[in-house]
Amino acid sequence: MQLALFIIFGLLAVAGAINFLLQRHPINSALSLVVVMMSLAVLYWSLGAEFLAAAQVIVYSGAVMVLFVFVVMLLNAGEEERTHGSKAAYAVGFPGAAAIFCLLSFVFLSNGKSFGVTDLGNHLTHAANNIAEISQVLFRDLLLPFESTSILILVAILGAVVLARKEH
Amino acid sequence: MSHLTDFQTFFLLSILKIVVVLVITLTAVAYTVLLERKVLGRMQNRWGPSRVGPFGLLQPLADGIKLFLKEDLMPLATERPLFIFAPIIALTCALISIAVVPFGAVTHIAGVDMFAISDINIGLLVILGITSIGVYGIALSGWSSNNKFALLGSLRATSQVISYELALGLSLVGVVLRAGSLRLRDIVDSQAAHGALSWNLFGGFQFIAFFIYLMAAYAETNRAPFDLPEAESELVAGYHTEYSSMKFAMFFMAEYANMITVACVATLMFLGGATSPLGNLLPANFGGPILSAIFPVLWFVAKVFAFLLLYIWVRATLPRFRYDQLMAFGWKFLLPVAILNIIATSLVLALRG
Repeated sequence: MQLALFIIFGLLAVAGAINFLLQRHPINSALSLVVVMMSLAVLYWSLGAEFLAAAQVIVYSGAVMVLFVFVVMLLNAGEEERTHGSKAAYAVGFPGAAAIFCLLSFVFLSNGKSFGVTDLGNHLTHAANNIAEISQVLFRDLLLPFESTSILILVAILGAVVLARKEH
Repeated sequence: MSHLTDFQTFFLLSILKIVVVLVITLTAVAYTVLLERKVLGRMQNRWGPSRVGPFGLLQPLADGIKLFLKEDLMPLATERPLFIFAPIIALTCALISIAVVPFGAVTHIAGVDMFAISDINIGLLVILGITSIGVYGIALSGWSSNNKFALLGSLRATSQVISYELALGLSLVGVVLRAGSLRLRDIVDSQAAHGALSWNLFGGFQFIAFFIYLMAAYAETNRAPFDLPEAESELVAGYHTEYSSMKFAMFFMAEYANMITVACVATLMFLGGATSPLGNLLPANFGGPILSAIFPVLWFVAKVFAFLLLYIWVRATLPRFRYDQLMAFGWKFLLPVAILNIIATSLVLALRG
């Protein structure tokens, strides 16, 4: 079951990511990104991280990407021109990406045992509930970093308001 | 069912549940439209639909046939795939969230819970997540129609929905704090002790949260008094101006299915879900095993029905808000009050230990 979910939604995520790059209209690209994020949410869920999956859907696909689509709609952005890109990107990008891919797969294949294993059965049958554990960590063990992160975000919002306001 | 494996039983019963719930929901959608027209008519001193069938009861069928047989017009300047996908997204998202709603008491047949399609430990977050995805249907329909009025309508609807989503989510936090779980069955169980007295609306002292939820729910479903996206005097018909035939019907069904979902969530979160309002006045096995399995479903339906009537009553009573009033109300009033409610609830819970 889990393998089937992984194959279906992993392929969907990859297809969405490729479509994201190939589409010429910004709205189509934004929607492919939504597909990628939703598939990632399903993958999180199948790994037993149901809260992360829900947060991914609500925050990224439901709020961030809606704002993206909203902005594209408001600005009435047209189709983009397709260019050949820079030579440097081709010369460095493809070998670099291939090297990172090879390195990661080498590490995972050779040292897979030392990453440890996890039992997913409990999570799929609701026997384990990780929301309580997450909230223990967030609101008790790591309270100070969590609160300072929220203040950081508040500062960013205030900065955006100050930048967006017209000078009188 | 001894010759079937556990998984096969689960699979077949799940499909059965999905089909039954889908049929009931779609019928309920059709008859909510009729209910609205009838009640609205009586409130405005007229009869409402009364020609098709006894008391106009076959009107939804006639409406369905009419919409189905109409010509499916497609303007030339639309963005073709998105124009077709938008109503599908809207209707699918409206119907999916009903899958996590528990309709009755826990009743196991062959190891499968019969009165909920799926019992997920983050059921509430699933509903909120699907609601937030449903915005795409409205946003894309307005944009892909390539029509000024449709675009304005969808911009209004989108900004309204994402603004009120915050107040909606925050109003439910107090209930979640009291239940200590995001699983909808746990939330219902936390209100089951003494009938109506232990509902979150009364005994749980969440009536401020209920008020915020009510306002936010009207705005989320683009209904009066927040139906600016479809303000016909300004925007023709808003985001579905260019849609006809079944595509229009899908938006129409999505709106009413959303109403029913919102009513279900209100029932689960504030009105004690499928538990009896009489509490322990009735014995637990009242009326034998079959009747005592059906009674909770009836209570649930009655509560959802009451909430839908409230919807219609408000539509018949209140005039439409202005757009700046809508935004100011959502951001400057509902959101701070929702946060104050969370603080008060968590303080009380912390002091009680």
